[in-house]
Amino acid sequence: MSENAIEVVGLTKRYGRHLAVDDVNFTVRWGSITGFLGPNGAGKSTTMRMMVGLTPPTAGRSTVLGLDYRRLPNPGRHAGVLLDASAQHAGRTGREILHLGATVLGLPEKRVDEIVETVGLRSAEAGRRTGGYSLGMRQRLGIGHALLGDPQVLILDEPANGLDPAGIHWMRGLLRGFADRGGSVLLSSHLLHEVEVVADELVVIGGGTIVARGSKSDLLATAGGTLVRAADARALSAALHHAGIEHTPAAEGGYLTSAPTEQAAQAAMTAGVVLSELRTASEGGLEELFLRLTADHARPDSTEGARR
Amino acid sequence: MTTQTIEPGPTRPVLTGRPGVPFRRQLRAELRKLFDTRAGRWLLIAIFAATPLVVTGVLILADPKNLTYSQLVNFTQSPERILLPIVGILTVSSEWSQRTGLLTFTLEPNRKRVLLAKLSATLLLGVLVILVGFGSAAIGNALGIALRDGNGSWSFGLASYRDIAVVLIVGLLQGLAYGMALLITAVAIVFFYVVPNLSNLLFSSVSGLKDVAPWLDLDKAQAALYVHQVTAEQWAQFAVATAIWVIMPGSIGVIRVLRTEVKSS
Repeated sequence: MSENAIEVVGLTKRYGRHLAVDDVNFTVRWGSITGFLGPNGAGKSTTMRMMVGLTPPTAGRSTVLGLDYRRLPNPGRHAGVLLDASAQHAGRTGREILHLGATVLGLPEKRVDEIVETVGLRSAEAGRRTGGYSLGMRQRLGIGHALLGDPQVLILDEPANGLDPAGIHWMRGLLRGFADRGGSVLLSSHLLHEVEVVADELVVIGGGTIVARGSKSDLLATAGGTLVRAADARALSAALHHAGIEHTPAAEGGYLTSAPTEQAAQAAMTAGVVLSELRTASEGGLEELFLRLTADHARPDSTEGARR
Repeated sequence: MTTQTIEPGPTRPVLTGRPGVPFRRQLRAELRKLFDTRAGRWLLIAIFAATPLVVTGVLILADPKNLTYSQLVNFTQSPERILLPIVGILTVSSEWSQRTGLLTFTLEPNRKRVLLAKLSATLLLGVLVILVGFGSAAIGNALGIALRDGNGSWSFGLASYRDIAVVLIVGLLQGLAYGMALLITAVAIVFFYVVPNLSNLLFSSVSGLKDVAPWLDLDKAQAALYVHQVTAEQWAQFAVATAIWVIMPGSIGVIRVLRTEVKSS
């Protein structure tokens, strides 16, 4: 029996000259939920596809329950995978998709009924073709498909995407219960608040590399830093720059810096910039940490958007 | 109530046994996928309905002295020849075009075995369609004798059964090959209907190519099989043309299916 549910060692994927995933390492412990965070295009999906054998890695390896995923006997009985809830045949009903999964996994028909009930699809909805499903319904179906084989490990790519607040709440409860009973979950998101509540551990990826990794509480403790804000953001940025203080745009405006509050205040005063806010950033939760850690690697346009 | 359904086992399983899933279950799923979508269902309805419709048409319109089993078989196989390959195309290309491969290839990561299941499923269907075709022709011939005082000749011969089956199965494999090689449903269907016809046009219109045409053009190579008098040279021509039009794209296709990354979007 392997010590960790999932182990990822040096996974790397190169497309031509573009390094999509660069030496990614992390583990998912038994009985824990690990949030896999990063902006869109950071390499989350590519990493997950490599983990389940859909994309051959350029280098590195990964194991699920101690084995290469492709070596798992009846993999769906051990690892439930949801990579894209919209990747369904539009002309097939939700129930039929579950039925096909049950056929391949060798499960009785009543398992399909159980899953339809578990994920909260109404019987009439399950009988409709997925072409007419909302994204939220597709996610429920996809999560149900991942749970079909009663697995010990779940690998879910952006499962909260498209779920309404009640749906997100439902999913959190489901995953928490799953982990509390000993199962392990790897759950990706580009939105921190979706996983912040439910994750025990976080792996943050930006530009294909891991930029932070650890338990949520550890990461919060080091989140620290200073949030500084001024009405004239441009002038503030220039002032910080002039003082040699590295800074990145914060989510709700202003800038984040690892410099202490005093130093930031000094820089602003020297340049004659009036501050509207100055505080340590940790109480802002992980959001600021997340943005700071991934800002360097975020797509240029999204960084621009945050700056404005 | 429903919480126990997602409960991971108290003891984690010892992972022994062969990787992947048993072939029989994959085959059952692939058979089911042939008709569990709206498009697939209508395609099969069209294939199975076409044969009795054609027989009815021939019964009403044909000259009674031409109402023979052999004639009826020739008529019933033509819609099958046109439609059956589409089943082959769809079974592979839909995994990419509809992106269902994300699920299919995570439940059975060994894509060779998925392809083998798809091949087996479509061949089983092909055999069924061929049997329905011969059956419809037989019923048609009997009705021709009874209703229109038709010729009613049953002469056909084992070799003729073989020829028809070979043409239809090769057509089905041709569809499968194009589906694998092109992976996009629309492109594969257009390719299947257009490119072999362009080849036929080329070899029919350029007189200098007359001699090589039966070797290089699948349609011309197959012509002998419809006459049911196939010489050794004609079998060789058919084999060469099949290698060009079915085996080569099929080999490229297998490599593509095994290597092409299945992406979400």
